[in-house]
Amino acid sequence: MSVIEVKNLSKRYGETVAVRDVSFAVEAGEIFGILGPNGAGKTTTVETIAGLRRGDGGSVEVLGRDPRDPELRTLVGVQLQESQLPEKMSVREALELYTAFYPQPADWPALAAELGLDGVLKTRFGKLSGGQKQRLSIALALIGNPRIAILDELTTGLDPQARRDTWDLIESIRDRGVTVLLVTHFMAEAERLCDRLAVIDAGQVIALDTPAGLVAAVSAEQRLRFRPSRPLDDRVLTDLPEVREVRHHGGQLEIIGDGNVVHAVTALLAANQIIAADLRVEQASLDDAFVKLTGRAFEE
Amino acid sequence: MRIFVKLTSSELRLFLREPLQVFFALAFPSVLIVILGSIPAFREPDAALGGLRVIDVYVPIAVALTVAMLGLQSTPIVLAGYRERGVLRRLATTPARPGALLGAQLVMSLLTAVLSATLVLVIGRVAFDVALPGQFGSFLVVFLFTAAAVFAVGLFIAAVVPSGKAANSVGTALFFPSMFFAGLWTPREVMPRILQRIGDFTPLGAGERALHEAATGHWPNLLSLTVLVAYMLGFGFAAAKLFRWE
Repeated sequence: MSVIEVKNLSKRYGETVAVRDVSFAVEAGEIFGILGPNGAGKTTTVETIAGLRRGDGGSVEVLGRDPRDPELRTLVGVQLQESQLPEKMSVREALELYTAFYPQPADWPALAAELGLDGVLKTRFGKLSGGQKQRLSIALALIGNPRIAILDELTTGLDPQARRDTWDLIESIRDRGVTVLLVTHFMAEAERLCDRLAVIDAGQVIALDTPAGLVAAVSAEQRLRFRPSRPLDDRVLTDLPEVREVRHHGGQLEIIGDGNVVHAVTALLAANQIIAADLRVEQASLDDAFVKLTGRAFEE
Repeated sequence: MRIFVKLTSSELRLFLREPLQVFFALAFPSVLIVILGSIPAFREPDAALGGLRVIDVYVPIAVALTVAMLGLQSTPIVLAGYRERGVLRRLATTPARPGALLGAQLVMSLLTAVLSATLVLVIGRVAFDVALPGQFGSFLVVFLFTAAAVFAVGLFIAAVVPSGKAANSVGTALFFPSMFFAGLWTPREVMPRILQRIGDFTPLGAGERALHEAATGHWPNLLSLTVLVAYMLGFGFAAAKLFRWE
């Protein structure tokens, strides 16, 4: 059953098109990722789902309702990018205040303990570390016992250890039966956490699959790099049926091809008595999938 | 309603944690009365003031000051800061609407203004024998009108400035001329006519004039009340139209 359904969403701000054409459906109980570089339209998409914005075109349904339906505010927990609390509000006060907003709130002391916030209940928001602020933000998103949690870039600015802890936490949220919509621009995060991913670039969904599926789509491709002991004509290589592309990186050659390209190229080199120094064969990763999908490198 | 009460008490608690705001809004108007009242000459009847003493004249001015401090200084800074920091946006994703926080902040400011004004009246009465407002009911109504007019201007500032810092600059820039016309430096009664006339059309000038009248046992004049209502509606409406949650 889909809990979020986005169909042909578009949104522009003046001349700038933030979202061109985005469609996807999130199933109950999964961790669904929206992955893309900064400025790809992820946040606009998510803010539309959270009911903070209205799209210009297309439709969005959350639990079968208009995202701006006030009833959804109790069913959807949202953790926003760059959304803070008053500097002098303590952790305990924030938890108590947000508890009062919801008809069936979670038990905040238990939630605080689970998120490792029990030691800083008296600390004021302005004095929390980046990781503690993020964890409080997650706690506030979960305090109403939502059916869907929307988490936008929640590990940005965290150190690697805090990031890994947050990942465990998100898995535990899913294990309670909460559907998680996760926005990220970290490949590793998407690969590790998401059941399925929508890759967004320039306001469009360019791929929608499981992380393994996305990688599999490009894994037929093999890539090898080496430094030839003497120059050789590209044409000799491209004449091989297995070779799709030859790239030069200074004195290094990068050859992209399919299936048996490694065998075909090494056989050719041997026949020409060329030694391949620094030979490396690369396996596809989500990064490669992204490069293949967008035709350019993923910038973080 | 429960959410609103919770938000209001939370706003009050946060306000009390800002020592400067607390001093200027709650204590400063009373401190001013104590300082002026300790000058013996200010406790003598003055012919230029129609036989009133300086301290008598300054009690309504100090009451107007409480409203100016909260409406032009603390409220716009807090609200513009909340928007800048995404506090309002975050609230928009919960069952508590950001409008409720706005309302809570206004109610908290009004309660603070009432408390601060009460302190001024009590200190004036107990320490310096300043008569309590002769038309107490009118005084209360004028006080509420003045607060509403000035808070509407404050909301308007919060609506149009981009940040808490900008709200501070704009609020301060408005605070000094506003309090000038309310007679903080030269009581209205001894101002040149032209300045009195200009002051009649400023929210705090109009408010202070009507407060002074009610304090000395007269009915507040209709012009001042009309000016206050006009500010309340004009700026209130513009603020509601222009206010952005993010």
